[in-house]
Amino acid sequence: MNAGENREGIGLVETKYFAFAYPHNELTLESGEKLGPITLAYETYGTLNSDKSNAILILHALTGDAHVAGFHEGNHDPGWWDNMIGSGKAFDTDKYFVICSNVIGGCRGSTGPSSINPKTKKPFGLDFPLITIKDMVDAQYHLVRSLGISKLLCVAGGSMGGMQVLQWAVSFPEMVKTAIPIATSARHSPQQIAFNEVGRQAIMADPAWKDGQYYGHGAPSRGLAVARMIGHITYMSDVSMAEKFGRRVKEERPEKKFSPDFEIEGYLQYRGDNFVKRFDANSYLYITKAIDRFDLSNGAGLEKVFKSASGIKFLVIAFKSDWLYPAYQSKEIVRACKQAQIDVSYCELNSTYGHDAFLVEVEEQEHFIKNFLRRISDE
Amino acid sequence: MSNNSSIPDISKIKLEYRVILNLIPAGSSVLDLGCGDGELLNLLVKTKNIRGSGIEIDEQAVHKCASLGISVSQQDIEGGLSDYGDKSFDFVILNQSLQQVVKLEAVLKETLRVGDRVIIGFPNFVYYKSRLQMVFGGRTPVTPSLPNMWYDTPNLHFLSISDFQAYCRTRNLEIEKAIYLDGNRTIKFIPNFFAQTGIFLIRNQK
Repeated sequence: MNAGENREGIGLVETKYFAFAYPHNELTLESGEKLGPITLAYETYGTLNSDKSNAILILHALTGDAHVAGFHEGNHDPGWWDNMIGSGKAFDTDKYFVICSNVIGGCRGSTGPSSINPKTKKPFGLDFPLITIKDMVDAQYHLVRSLGISKLLCVAGGSMGGMQVLQWAVSFPEMVKTAIPIATSARHSPQQIAFNEVGRQAIMADPAWKDGQYYGHGAPSRGLAVARMIGHITYMSDVSMAEKFGRRVKEERPEKKFSPDFEIEGYLQYRGDNFVKRFDANSYLYITKAIDRFDLSNGAGLEKVFKSASGIKFLVIAFKSDWLYPAYQSKEIVRACKQAQIDVSYCELNSTYGHDAFLVEVEEQEHFIKNFLRRISDE
Repeated sequence: MSNNSSIPDISKIKLEYRVILNLIPAGSSVLDLGCGDGELLNLLVKTKNIRGSGIEIDEQAVHKCASLGISVSQQDIEGGLSDYGDKSFDFVILNQSLQQVVKLEAVLKETLRVGDRVIIGFPNFVYYKSRLQMVFGGRTPVTPSLPNMWYDTPNLHFLSISDFQAYCRTRNLEIEKAIYLDGNRTIKFIPNFFAQTGIFLIRNQK
């Protein structure tokens, strides 16, 4: 069967909202603090079968959201992994019931620092508790259970989504049949933490940030845009930037001495300016901190942590030009799987796109994911 | 891959693979180093219900393994097998890949550490037709089991069946079984002269 056959888009979709953790049943966070009530944004595609055995949970990266495929009414931009999810695609909605869940701490429909604090009736700001990847997954657990699903056929995601995949496998091994962590790491390296810290400092250095209490006064957009620009640099590669922009300059002369003249400068500014329209600066702080603190091995060997997940089958994918989440981090996951006697497949795909490859190198990923899921379904 | 779930017709499998299939009892755990497109592992899974995984460095070959539904890691075996604990597998296969690794001794030592038994298949460099080509033609031999010209061969080590037997003696490796092939037939008589391929089942001497 050729990839690309019978590929159809999802069409119009709507984001749904799951509310839980009401008083007396709040979610206890890793920090010990309690959070509730909690809203979690999610979308679903395809049909859940009668024995509820065909559900796949997709998890997103730092700035992603629940809108992974299809279109929202009145919006021309498809979901962030639309080319991977749909009829005949890698996650085939003719066969599987696909769920994409947002994360707590975010600002895309789920409870986060920009949500109203029920105690003060004002936005949380920095009163929002620090959250972790494990907390995000714990919240998603309640969503999945509310859909009547006791075992997920697959949990998949790239970058921070991959961290959630790994956390799912360790936190709820009995609920996960297969796991596909892509372009990710079981713990953040100093270099990865360093880039995130520069982003956070850019936000906090913006006078508009006001210790996080900027709601209603104008957001720290300059700082957040700079954070996003740094992020974008780390998501691309030397080669992909050279191919996309080269040293080309804009046609009109810059208005001021240091207005952007190279195309790459204009591109970064454009991405930064667009980002602030859809993302909350405090969420950026909270989520990057959760990513930086992520260390699944928790000081012990990762293979020991994986022992409980030995029934899960893994497909680990890395990209050769990804220097933000280098392949060695994926190999560490593979190594731990092997030492824990976990059935694992690993591929290191050729791509020049850098970390962004997991979003754009569809064809190769589709091949591996489709065959992996078919093998699992055949068993 | 329409027929990959059907049981293959044993008589149609090439002899080299049939020999290896016969060496491995049903239900064994098997690691295939340099597993290529996964054909041998797939046969082992389908006919012997083994628990198998492969290691292969070539992306296109890994791609094909995925089509067959084989568990495979895209990795280089030169760096050793430190991902695996001692005796993690009943069998480790090094078929037609031993002669291509740089650190042959280190890799071999690792296979004997992670596998209870090791199956090694390699082309016999002193097959009689090779000898004729060298002695009378004055050329580096090209045979069905050594099909490449001198300038594009992936092989780094050129060994004979006798070389390998002598090597096993010096390294205290027990040869449990040895099968010698010339194309589609087995060779019993002076294999170092008449066989193109040697397949050995070895283990560390107890």
